[in-house]
Amino acid sequence: MATTDLRRFTGFRAITILCLVVLYAPLVIVAVYSFNDSTSITRWGGFSFKWYADVFTGPDAPKFRAAAINSFTIAIGAATCATAIATAAAVAMNRAGRFRGKTASLALINLPLMVPEIVTAVASLIFFITIGFKTGLMTIFIAHIVFCIPFAYLPISARMQSIPDMYEQAAMDLYATPWEAFRLVLLPLMVPGILSGFLLAFIISLDDFLITNFVKGAGVETLPTAIFGSVKQGIKPNIMAISTLLLGVSVVFVTLSWIIGRAGQSKQ
Amino acid sequence: MNQHSIAVDVDKVVKRYGSVTALHGVSMDIREGEFFTLLGPSGCGKTTLLRCIAGFEDVSEGSIRLHGEDIAPLPPHKRPVNTVFQQYALFPHMTVLENVAFGLLRRGWSAMDANGRAREVLALVQLSDFARRSPGQLSGGQQQRVALARALAPGPQVLLLDEPLSALDLKLRQAVRVELKQIQRETGIAFVFVTHDQEEALTMSDRIAVMSAGHVQQIGTPREIYEAPVNRFVADFIGETNLLEVEVGSVSDGMADIALPGGARLTCPAADGAQRGTGHLSIRPERITPAPAGAGSLQATVEDHVYLGTDIQLHMRLSDGEAMVVRMQNAAAAGIPERGTVLGLEVEAGAARLLAD
Repeated sequence: MATTDLRRFTGFRAITILCLVVLYAPLVIVAVYSFNDSTSITRWGGFSFKWYADVFTGPDAPKFRAAAINSFTIAIGAATCATAIATAAAVAMNRAGRFRGKTASLALINLPLMVPEIVTAVASLIFFITIGFKTGLMTIFIAHIVFCIPFAYLPISARMQSIPDMYEQAAMDLYATPWEAFRLVLLPLMVPGILSGFLLAFIISLDDFLITNFVKGAGVETLPTAIFGSVKQGIKPNIMAISTLLLGVSVVFVTLSWIIGRAGQSKQ
Repeated sequence: MNQHSIAVDVDKVVKRYGSVTALHGVSMDIREGEFFTLLGPSGCGKTTLLRCIAGFEDVSEGSIRLHGEDIAPLPPHKRPVNTVFQQYALFPHMTVLENVAFGLLRRGWSAMDANGRAREVLALVQLSDFARRSPGQLSGGQQQRVALARALAPGPQVLLLDEPLSALDLKLRQAVRVELKQIQRETGIAFVFVTHDQEEALTMSDRIAVMSAGHVQQIGTPREIYEAPVNRFVADFIGETNLLEVEVGSVSDGMADIALPGGARLTCPAADGAQRGTGHLSIRPERITPAPAGAGSLQATVEDHVYLGTDIQLHMRLSDGEAMVVRMQNAAAAGIPERGTVLGLEVEAGAARLLAD
C-alpha cells in the first residue's frame, strides 16, 4: 500500500499555517521584540541589543542573576538525582524479570505525568508544611526531583529495551560479577539514554513555574518565578530578552537530548 | 575411571518453565577433549540444556557435574565454562582486543598479561591485525572468530557454542567448520556445540546427542547415528531415508527376520527395543542398487528423477503404493531410467535397519 500524500487533503495548507501561527507566532514576536530599541513593547523602534545588556547590567540584573543561579543549581542537582533514580528504576523494570508490584511501580514512576500539576503543587506545599519542612531552595529541589523522574525515565528505559540481555550474559559468562556486568557493559551501553534523560529532566526543571511557585518560600526565586514577578509590575522589554535567552537554552538542550538519543539508536 | 575422563556429566536433568517442560530427564556424559554436538530441531531443548550448563538457567531436577563437581550452586560468573553466543554478543563499546581480554581481566590477570594472552588467542583465530578495531567494523565471519577467541582466552574447561555458524552464509559456514574443528583439536578443550543442522553435526562432531521434544533420542558417533539410528525420529532427521512399514517375523540377537512389501524376506540388523509385529524399516537411498525387473528384493516403478550432478535421485513407488527414494551414482555407462520403468531394487546386506518404533 502506498503512503497517502497528506498534502492532497482539502484545507491541509490552511490548517498547517494556522497551527504554525498559533504555536510559534507568539515566540517569534517575543524573540523579535527582544531586539527592539524602543521602550515600548508593541512599537518597533529599530534593532538593538540594549535589553540584553539591561538583563545583565540593568537595575534588575542582580535579581535575575540570583534567580538564574538558583534555577541552574536546582536544575543540575534535581536532574542528576532524578536520572540516578530513573536509571535504577529502568534496570529494575527491564532486567529484574517479573516481580510483585511491577505494574504499580511503573504507574508510580509515571504518576507525576498524570496528576494535574496544580494538585501536585498544592499537595507538595501542604506536605512540606505538615512535616514542618521550611520552604526554600531545599523544598524546590525535592519537588523538582520528583516530577523530573518520569522525564528522565522514558528515554533511559527506551534505550534499555533496545539493549538485548545477551551482553550482560556474555559478561557474566566471562567471569564478571553482576555488578561488574552492569558497570562495565550495561551502563556504558546505556549512556546515550542516560544523557538524553538527564538533559530532558534538566530542561523540565529549569522551566517549571507552577510547583516552584508554591513550594519556594518567601524571597527565593527561580528564573520563571522572577520573570512572573516582574511581569506583574508591567511588561518591560528586558523580560522579552530574558525569555528569548531561556528559549535558546531550552532549544539547545532539547535538541542535544534528541541528537544523543538518536545517535545511540543508530549505533545499535 | 576409564580411559575417557568425563568433562560434563548431565544427570537426569529436568527443566520446567511453569507448566511447560523443556527437558524431560536428560542424561549424557561429555568426555574430556571431545567435540560433542547437541542436535535437534528448534524447540527440542538443546539450547536450554546449554544454558543450564552455562548457568543462565537453573535446572528443576537432576544435576550437572563439571569434572565431578556439582555446579548447581555456582552462578554463571563462577563456572569455568565459556560460551560463544549465537549472535556473538560482542561488546560494541570495546575494541576487539578489549573484548578478548575481558574475561582474563575479570579473573584477575594484570592488564599486560591479559593483553598478551588476548593477542595470542587472536593470532590463533587469525585476527591479529584487527585487535584495535571495534566489533561493528568486522564482517560476520570475523565477528564469529572474535567471539570464539573471547570465549577461548580464559582457558575454559568446557567451551559451549550456541549455533555459532547459523548467522554466516553457506560458503563461509563450510570454511569455518573446518577451522573450528582444527581449533578444537589444537586446544584439546571439550566443545559442546548446539545446532539444528545435521550436516554440521555429522562433519564436525566426535559424538552427537540427537534430541527432540526435550528427550535424548540417541547418543553416538556420527557414523552410529547415521548408520544405526535407533528410531524413526533419528533415522528421518539425520540425512535422507526410506521408512517402510514391514511385518517383523522374529527378532533375536540384534537381527530381525522381516517380510518386505511384495513378499520377499530379509534378515537385517535391528535396533534395541525392536519387536515383532508391525515395525519400521529404514533404508538409506544410497544403499539401494537398481537392478533389472524381477531381480532384487523389491520391485518399484520409476515416477521421476532429479539430476544432482554426481548423483541421480530416483523417485519410485512400490507395488503397495509406498514411495521410495533411490540414489544412483551418475556413471557414464548407466543411462537414466525412463518414467514408468519397473526396476528391481537390491538392498545391500546391512543397509536396511529395523527401528525401535
